[in-house]
Amino acid sequence: MNKNIIKFNGKVKFIFWVLLIAFIVAAPALLPVFRLNLLGRYLSLAIVALGVDLIWGFTGLLSLGQGIFFTLGGYCVAMYLQLNSSSEFPNNIPEFFALYGVKDLPIFWAPFKSPLFTLFAIWLIPAVVAGILGFLVFRNRIKGVYFSILTQASLLVFFNFFNGQQKLINGTNGLKTDVTQLFGQLVGSELIQRYIFWITAFLVITAWFFSKWLIKGRFGNILIGIRDDEPRVRFTGYNPVIFKTIIFSISGALAGISGALYTVQSGIVSPQFMTVPFSIEMVIWVAVGGRGTLLGAILGAVFINYAKSLVSEALPASWMFIQGSLFILVVTTLPEGILGWLYSEGPRNLLQKFGFIRKIKTYPSLELNKSSEG
Amino acid sequence: MKNHTEYLLSLIDITVNFEGFLALNNLNLRIKKGELRAIIGPNGAGKTTFLDVITGKVKPTQGQVIFKGISLIGRKEHKIARLGVGRKFQSPRVFENLSVLENLELSVSYPKNPLNLLKKNIIMDQLEEIYHLMKVVNLTKKNDIKAGALSHGQKQWLEIAMLLGQKPDLMLVDEPVAGLTDEETDLTADLLKSLAGNNTILIIDHDMEFIRRLDSRVSVLNQGSVLCEGDMNTIQNNQKVIDVYLGRPD
Amino acid sequence: MELLLDSLFNGVAIGSVLLIAALGLAIVFGLMGVINLAHGELMMLGAYTTYVTQLIFKLPTLKPFYNWYVIISIFLAFIVSGVVGIILEKTIIRKLYGSPLETLLATWGVSLILQQFVRSIPLSYGTGLIVSLLIGLLLPLFFSKKIKESIKFKYYKLASWSFAVLVGILSAELISSLISKLGRASARNVDVTAPAWMRGQIEILGNTFPKTRLMIIIITLISVIAIICFLNQSAWGIRIRAVTQNRQMSDCLGISTEKVDVITFGIGSGLAGVAGVAVSLLGSVGPNVGGNYIVGCFMVVVLGGVGNLLGTIFASFGIGIMTDLIGAGRILNIWPNMPLPLSNIINFFATTSMARVMIFALIVVFLQFKPSGLFPQKGRMVES
Repeated sequence: MNKNIIKFNGKVKFIFWVLLIAFIVAAPALLPVFRLNLLGRYLSLAIVALGVDLIWGFTGLLSLGQGIFFTLGGYCVAMYLQLNSSSEFPNNIPEFFALYGVKDLPIFWAPFKSPLFTLFAIWLIPAVVAGILGFLVFRNRIKGVYFSILTQASLLVFFNFFNGQQKLINGTNGLKTDVTQLFGQLVGSELIQRYIFWITAFLVITAWFFSKWLIKGRFGNILIGIRDDEPRVRFTGYNPVIFKTIIFSISGALAGISGALYTVQSGIVSPQFMTVPFSIEMVIWVAVGGRGTLLGAILGAVFINYAKSLVSEALPASWMFIQGSLFILVVTTLPEGILGWLYSEGPRNLLQKFGFIRKIKTYPSLELNKSSEG
Repeated sequence: MKNHTEYLLSLIDITVNFEGFLALNNLNLRIKKGELRAIIGPNGAGKTTFLDVITGKVKPTQGQVIFKGISLIGRKEHKIARLGVGRKFQSPRVFENLSVLENLELSVSYPKNPLNLLKKNIIMDQLEEIYHLMKVVNLTKKNDIKAGALSHGQKQWLEIAMLLGQKPDLMLVDEPVAGLTDEETDLTADLLKSLAGNNTILIIDHDMEFIRRLDSRVSVLNQGSVLCEGDMNTIQNNQKVIDVYLGRPD
Repeated sequence: MELLLDSLFNGVAIGSVLLIAALGLAIVFGLMGVINLAHGELMMLGAYTTYVTQLIFKLPTLKPFYNWYVIISIFLAFIVSGVVGIILEKTIIRKLYGSPLETLLATWGVSLILQQFVRSIPLSYGTGLIVSLLIGLLLPLFFSKKIKESIKFKYYKLASWSFAVLVGILSAELISSLISKLGRASARNVDVTAPAWMRGQIEILGNTFPKTRLMIIIITLISVIAIICFLNQSAWGIRIRAVTQNRQMSDCLGISTEKVDVITFGIGSGLAGVAGVAVSLLGSVGPNVGGNYIVGCFMVVVLGGVGNLLGTIFASFGIGIMTDLIGAGRILNIWPNMPLPLSNIINFFATTSMARVMIFALIVVFLQFKPSGLFPQKGRMVES
């Protein structure tokens, strides 16, 4: 939240970016296929985490239903891929339809034959769904815990819907993407996966800059205002409903992109993406990384998922205990998250405690930046 | 309509009924353009509810609120604010996690829609306005400091500056000197007085010395309606007011 | 007529499960503004308590009373879940007072831990642990005043804890021997079998209804009446209502809001335990049993509004009856000659899970007209 305490100078920043880009480009050569795939998945999850940070960290809306938008994005891309490689199946429709005796493609599948439509649908459909849901809820000034449990209820409702519709979208089995084809190659093949990794990395950075741009100026300040004191925002002449709907819709779009990328890298999309635990997990990535710090959301998503896979490989049963404790610990002892603590006076207080640096008596910004005075 | 244009704000027969409790009872009040008006009244007289009705937070059970010839009943808070009604709350309410400058930016920015706010920079005129406001309330040096770190009095002033930044036609000020030192109280009174004339201001307060210093017309509220109106001396000699404040001798 | 009765009974049966499950959640939410995501897991504890009670009642000495184990288990489940809830309140929720969203996340953490606890710790050890906790925490309450005030109190406490641990280990042994004799040792999913008098059907007005369903309706009815009596008659109940309406004022009047919080949370959690008993009669008990009901509870809370039991009751039965009407496609039975597109839609939603979808949509529509639920709190609200 306080962006001024730690400042890197231009040179350090430049080196950081060069190293980062070099790593991204070289990653497919450096990492084994399995690890690369995992890293790619975690990076795509970082995008949904950015969306959670925008609505929760900045605007104070705790959505427990991001899984809806995530899954919608995944289904969009999966439907395109299935259609794209269904020419050898009966009736030229995806294979699973035959299992349920469906002969005609359901109407809503048709537009997904077009790659351009799909590229827009991946983020636009989740954004519109989020926008409508958000508008209906915000319009009535439903907020706080009410909003959270309503989003969770809608998550389960979508789960039920997708789970039950075999004839429309293969129900609980979901749609597979790894055996489908793209540009004449299997989507699960190493070559395509490598490109998808690069696209993911690029989109994470793009989403990060987009979010940064969004919250930087007055727009971000009004979101913080809504979080801290919504009636005051209203009496200042702003309509919070519009701002909340916009930001919720944006977070939905980010979730959709994230879901699409995750789907093509994990090889399947299914209603399992809409289970309650997964959507709440997204919140804990942001909480641990540091809410209100966009970088924290990215780092939190990548590192917690990495930790999860490491722990689950070694001691499968203990991850739930660790995760549960993480939820409790982070909200009780470190509510700002790790990055938030670093940005704030956390390290300074620690150093002061041990007498390494002098204590500040007045406002930090007055004492530390003498130049700002006058 | 012509009847109302003479007044900036007219409240006509306002009644607010909270499940049988009449917070406001047939309240009538008219305020001219450029007027500085003080509202006093004992606890529970309905002062805050009265502001809530004007700003759209509470919908009256019956009655009309006419502002600049337009009815305010049924309008949303932000619409009323955009029409030109600004409100300062009882306890200072500023955006504590934003700096003084950012707080003022939000109040000065116009038009108040998302697209305008997404533009990177505030326009020059508005920035000058902000610096002017900071000078008025003496916060220029603290422009970078988070509002949450300001003292109580400074928060009060920041909120007044934010109110001015909205350029409202009518300023509703709820207990601006609560919790201020005597010196700060005097400064605030002078500030409000200097604003009157160009601005229409309605002040609610308990502090008699402060009201006297404002040297304005006073309305006394009691049990949800206006008990009497007049300048401070008239009010203080009014038998009804004395009864209400001191209790009727039996 | 018969059809209507049948539908009404089914609706009330579904509604009463919802009500008993949501009751504790709604009371806690009304008072503290806190949604306890571990509520489902407290229900799970109640359900496992029922199973363990059932096992114990298979002991030769208790066998004659086997028929009444369900009644006993209601009280036990209330105490077990209640005590776990109180521990939760005292260790975590109290720290997060005033930030309901953080509480939501923390209680989710608790629910994960409880779930995994049930998965990875054998039932016998779990029971032993809970028994020791119960005895250790509750025994000191029965000490005489003289003991409590003496300097040697800590030794007494130590002694009572050692006793608790001993009993815990013994009961763990007992349960594990019972499980090896009577059940599958490693099974996480266990089945509670209702005693003979609760099995089968009962005939009312020419219709047959399952007795377990009727039992659940009775349990719910008794719990609701008990809670209403408690809130309206007892001193603590009145304090709870006072705090629900105005926390600061109650604090000023000398009501210990801390104690009120603990008691409310304990009762709310205890009710989750009772709900667990009811749920265990309906199907098999597993680590996820609570999760299946929690969303229904949310819908009840959202629809019912805050701080009003009447809202919770109406919302539960409303949702229950709607679930039955939509989910079983009964609207078509009532109106057989429905025009085609409409009847297709009704058929589309005529499964339990799709009925949920429909009901959620209806609730969202309802909220457009009444944003604060069926029975909103009126009057001058504290500035939010």
